[in-house]
Amino acid sequence: MSILVDEKTKVIVQGITGRDGSFHAKTMIDYGTKVVAGATPGKGGTECVGVPVFDSVREAREATGANASIAYVPYSFAADAVHEAFDAGVELVVCITEGIPTSEVVKIYSKMKSLGVRMIGPNCPGIISPGKCKVGIMPAQIHTRGNVGVVSRSGTLTYEVVNQLTKAGLGQSTCIGIGGDPIIGTNFIDTLKLFQADPETKAIVLIGEIGGTDEEEAAEFIKSEIRKPVVGFVAGQTAPPGKRMGHAGAIVSGGTGTAAEKIAAFKKSGIAVADIPSQISGLVASLMK
Amino acid sequence: MNIHEYQAKEIFARYGIPVPPGKVAASPAEAGKIARDLGKPVVVKAQVHVGGRGKAGGIKFGKTPEEAEKVAGQVLGMSIKGLTVKKVLVTTSVEVASESYLGLVTDRKAKRPVFMASPAGGVDIEEVARTTPEKIFKMHVDPCTGLLPYQARFLAGRLEKDPKLQSQIASIAHKLWKVFWETDCSLAEINPLVKTPQGEVIALDAKINLDDNGLFRHAELEALREGENEHEKAAREMGLSYVKLDGSVGCCVNGAGLAMATMDLIKHYGGEPANFLDIGGSSSPDKVLTAMRIICSDPGVKAVFFNIFGGITRCDDVASGIVRALKEINIKVPIVIRLTGTNEEKAREILRSANLTATALMDEGVRQALQMAKGGVN
Repeated sequence: MSILVDEKTKVIVQGITGRDGSFHAKTMIDYGTKVVAGATPGKGGTECVGVPVFDSVREAREATGANASIAYVPYSFAADAVHEAFDAGVELVVCITEGIPTSEVVKIYSKMKSLGVRMIGPNCPGIISPGKCKVGIMPAQIHTRGNVGVVSRSGTLTYEVVNQLTKAGLGQSTCIGIGGDPIIGTNFIDTLKLFQADPETKAIVLIGEIGGTDEEEAAEFIKSEIRKPVVGFVAGQTAPPGKRMGHAGAIVSGGTGTAAEKIAAFKKSGIAVADIPSQISGLVASLMK
Repeated sequence: MNIHEYQAKEIFARYGIPVPPGKVAASPAEAGKIARDLGKPVVVKAQVHVGGRGKAGGIKFGKTPEEAEKVAGQVLGMSIKGLTVKKVLVTTSVEVASESYLGLVTDRKAKRPVFMASPAGGVDIEEVARTTPEKIFKMHVDPCTGLLPYQARFLAGRLEKDPKLQSQIASIAHKLWKVFWETDCSLAEINPLVKTPQGEVIALDAKINLDDNGLFRHAELEALREGENEHEKAAREMGLSYVKLDGSVGCCVNGAGLAMATMDLIKHYGGEPANFLDIGGSSSPDKVLTAMRIICSDPGVKAVFFNIFGGITRCDDVASGIVRALKEINIKVPIVIRLTGTNEEKAREILRSANLTATALMDEGVRQALQMAKGGVN
């Protein structure tokens, strides 16, 4: 087991003919992901990295029975791409794109909830169930199959942590980057529920950052619902208030969203908190004994 | 991105929200002329991107044009929370019978916009939320329907009893919603919304924060950007995220989370970061060069630390950028490089041929950088 994606996942790559789209479609195929189709308007009937390309997601889905998609689409068209995938019946859309207007993400979220489907992201590295399926841009070679579930708002910081887990002999069930935007389709709690239900996941690493209150809500949820050990880390302890730290969602505003508050909430809920990233694997190992 | 009150009021006026007439001035003489044209007692308001202008003395009254010119002279050039006042809004003075609050923000938890109304107007709404939350009435707006008439009526009913005033407020609420939604705001706020003794409802102040991600479709609003220094501008134009801090270790990192964690780690080991800098994904050597220019122009920087975990970012691109930067820029401080991930070996070769080395561990890199920042061995 693992969560959300596995060897049965059939993926459409939206924007496959673009530079990033074709590059990452190839790395996903090389990893063993079942990339069954690409979709780029106006490129239907062609082939890209050995995969048939369709003009629309609907045609791609009808021809292949795909159940997931990943969008490598520029920010001005990305919201449309996600709507298109949902309307075509795709159940899981991974949206890598950074810079989508918040109002567009609000609309997508509303549709997502009414259809009962799921978006991961936007502004995220995607999701990987090591050894089974990669739907994202993460460097595959740092991952290894195992029992630690990783969920994070960040991209490269997640790689840092995963690399360390792998070196410490701690493989991963699934690693998911949920995205750095203020509004995202899948949050910590959604992911925690799935990890709790997944028998392969024996411990969870949760990597938060400043901005919003997702970590605080996750802490409450962990206390009441999660029966597996959780290790937490929060980036941005030295971030000044009122400044956006790269991610659109990483901002301390009106005194809320600080790292100190989030760390306090984690500790209050009995979550083992790493002061620095290099402590994470040690904490996980000690809790899994 | 924040915009000034006078700019927000221009947007309000375009959407039909009643605001007192006024204009912006950059000199006392100009302020005097605007007051003369208005022909009424005026208020002169500092236009700076911070709150608390009134308390800082940045809002003054002028009964006559001469007095307006005089107080404008006092407000212009004054410093409010470290920002120099370069412009003032000269606007007619309004008689106030009562003050309330009306505003919209994106509710990150509910994942939709939330309308807020409060009879406690004219004070900091975050303070009201902390001390008397029962005085704030909230209404989430469904993005599929927009603000519904019943919602506007409900909000208006929390602020006034008189049906005539209620209908004015409901109409303003609808217009404020349109401003928020159509111009990609992250906040649109009227504080205070005032009732005059004559029974008119007017937006006495206006505050708009824009969603940076929405700016690409509002070129006219992007043009209002100001207060950026040359480095922040260069960073933004190159697609880098840069925030200046006061420490001695310059940071150049790929990814926002890793960049924050790097700053935290510097602090953890007893140092202070000089900046936040995310070179973003797919980093070309040009980005690295720009990043180095920006970091090294900060006189507080005593060492530069590169922390790269290659994913989309290729380590060899970063290495080439560093080598180029060393040739093209006069860099006087030591550089410590940590890189690992995509094309790491290629990167190490590039660095070796330029007599540079790189560690693969973040903690080790930070410790080296701190030692160098303190004047250790290069």
